[in-house]
Amino acid sequence: MTEPVLRVRNLKTHFKLRTGTLKAVDGLSFELHAGRVLCIVGESGSGKSVTAQSIMRLIEPPGMIVEGEITFGHQDLLSMTERQMEGLRGNQIGMIFQDPMTSLNPVFTIGEQIIETIITHRGMKRGEARERAIELMRLVGIPEPEGRLVDYPHQFSGGMRQRVLIAIAIACEPDILIADEPTTALDVTIQAQILRLLADIQKKLGSAMILITHDLGVVSAMADDVLVMYSGRMVEYGDVKTVFRNPRHPYTMGLLNSIIRLEDSKDSELRSISGLPPIPIDPPPGCAFRDRCDKAIVLCGEQDPPAIPTKTGSTAVCHVVGAEEAGAEVQS
Amino acid sequence: MSKPLLSVEGLVKHFRLDPRGLFERSPILRAVDGIDFDVMPGETLGLVGESGCGKSTTARLVLRLIEPTAGSVRLNDVDVLACSKRELLTLRREMQIVFQDPLSSLNPRMSVGNSIAEPLRFHHIGDKVERFERARQFLEVVGLSTNYYDRLPHEFSGGQNQRVAIARALILQPKLLILDEPVSALDVSIRAQVLRLLIDLQSEFGLTYIFISHDLSVVKRVCNRTAVLYLGKIVEIAESEGLYREPLHPYAQALIRAIPEANPDGPRADSLAGIEGDVPSPVNPPKGCRFHTRCPHRMPICSEQEPPLKDMGDGHHVACFLH
Repeated sequence: MTEPVLRVRNLKTHFKLRTGTLKAVDGLSFELHAGRVLCIVGESGSGKSVTAQSIMRLIEPPGMIVEGEITFGHQDLLSMTERQMEGLRGNQIGMIFQDPMTSLNPVFTIGEQIIETIITHRGMKRGEARERAIELMRLVGIPEPEGRLVDYPHQFSGGMRQRVLIAIAIACEPDILIADEPTTALDVTIQAQILRLLADIQKKLGSAMILITHDLGVVSAMADDVLVMYSGRMVEYGDVKTVFRNPRHPYTMGLLNSIIRLEDSKDSELRSISGLPPIPIDPPPGCAFRDRCDKAIVLCGEQDPPAIPTKTGSTAVCHVVGAEEAGAEVQS
Repeated sequence: MSKPLLSVEGLVKHFRLDPRGLFERSPILRAVDGIDFDVMPGETLGLVGESGCGKSTTARLVLRLIEPTAGSVRLNDVDVLACSKRELLTLRREMQIVFQDPLSSLNPRMSVGNSIAEPLRFHHIGDKVERFERARQFLEVVGLSTNYYDRLPHEFSGGQNQRVAIARALILQPKLLILDEPVSALDVSIRAQVLRLLIDLQSEFGLTYIFISHDLSVVKRVCNRTAVLYLGKIVEIAESEGLYREPLHPYAQALIRAIPEANPDGPRADSLAGIEGDVPSPVNPPKGCRFHTRCPHRMPICSEQEPPLKDMGDGHHVACFLH
């Protein structure tokens, strides 16, 4: 396997609140390889967006990256100055967020915003940058790009705005694209268009992509690898087909079982995971999922679970999987 | 055959927008543009469609939270639109609504118990003690402990607050409950809990539901019949099973095929079937069939005439010149 483009080691991003320390991300490690799409999936509060913001160094007080390493190529992102980071963001690492209206400046035309990015990072002349902007807009499927350069964000539909953001994100042909819930605010027929576009662009550029989503359908359509997060930690990681065919962590299994599928009949069982996800403020030791887990053993409340490599090639962070892989009988 | 509980005919809602210029006529947004449907007692009718199709406006029109431009709404043969203000208040006890975001529909400073009891107070039902007892009973009905009576909404999760909103809607024991995206704001692992509750409550109280959602899998799972809306019109309405197995309208087909499946062998993004283009503005909807600008099967007639809703048998209706 090639050298990863991005390596995250034991990342801890905590928020100091009056009520305690919210451990939004607490000891996350993963690698991202060139040309591959990694989907980070989890429910609200699982820490998936904070992970993306940590990589971009966009965490603001009371939040703080308290520990860990983030290596991009050979550069240590956490020891870079803010100035160096600015040179990297939007240049070598492109970002696409959920709500295109808040990421675009309403008082500048679409053209100015794309052109500005190109001039800032690529040092092109305005005329050249304009040509490039038109080319990018055509690439992301915006009809009549010359005419639309002078339009303002509010004159674009939600789907078209997301295309503009994608154009800005890929303007400098980044090594990594980070997309945080890029289609969550869109209607399903438009979502299908944007997912197709993202997959197409990622292939053309050959860049690596981190796609953050709560939608397992999106994961299935986009991911090479999937990382499942729960309460600030990784619970399962692996090749998407392996994890979806043979989920090992009880949370991943529960999540996959909770999906309501189109082929379900009207009297099929509606399954859910009992209880609620904990808020990780000063969490006790042990597995965060244990109270909702039907396989939990005593150990789960005592020690943090280790990352267990499974026979199918995935990794599950779970005491029970550890025992199962070791061939032991598990008594819950 | 029993009589419908709710009967909607020729329902229209046009919003007049502010004119852009001094001498311009005010543009008209055609949110709902002539729809008909019946809801039978005890059934669940799903309304699906993308943003701007008019599904939420339809819900508000049925409850007469907003006044329609034209059409009729009859609940148990009572003409909802002809009611006086006073009659409407009584009628509202029969039909209630649950919205997507419980936090914005609950008073943040009122205990959840008092929120549930509020409709009783508003309608002068029972005395204080009776209302308190009733609200405690409905906390249990929606699966919450009576100990939670004094909690405030911010102390609850989204799923728990949605249960409170459901309890408040049910305490007047309505016949018709309109559910407007009731689980869309909830996490996947919680969604099924609330849906199960809704299904149980329906049989327990003999409720009739109108279930509005953009999530077709959820609608198919809980609704007996489904109506697909596009730009203020019903393009197809049928038994849910039949509609999803064999959608007839090209828009319904596109909508169903655009859903990414959580399936390791399902389609990848590059083969996700989609339709091109954006939904046109409801201010100037396309002439003829409103879907013709995006339709892969369009014919000359589609941009000239509006297709009528045609009966295909078994209650399956479709508005498309292909059929």
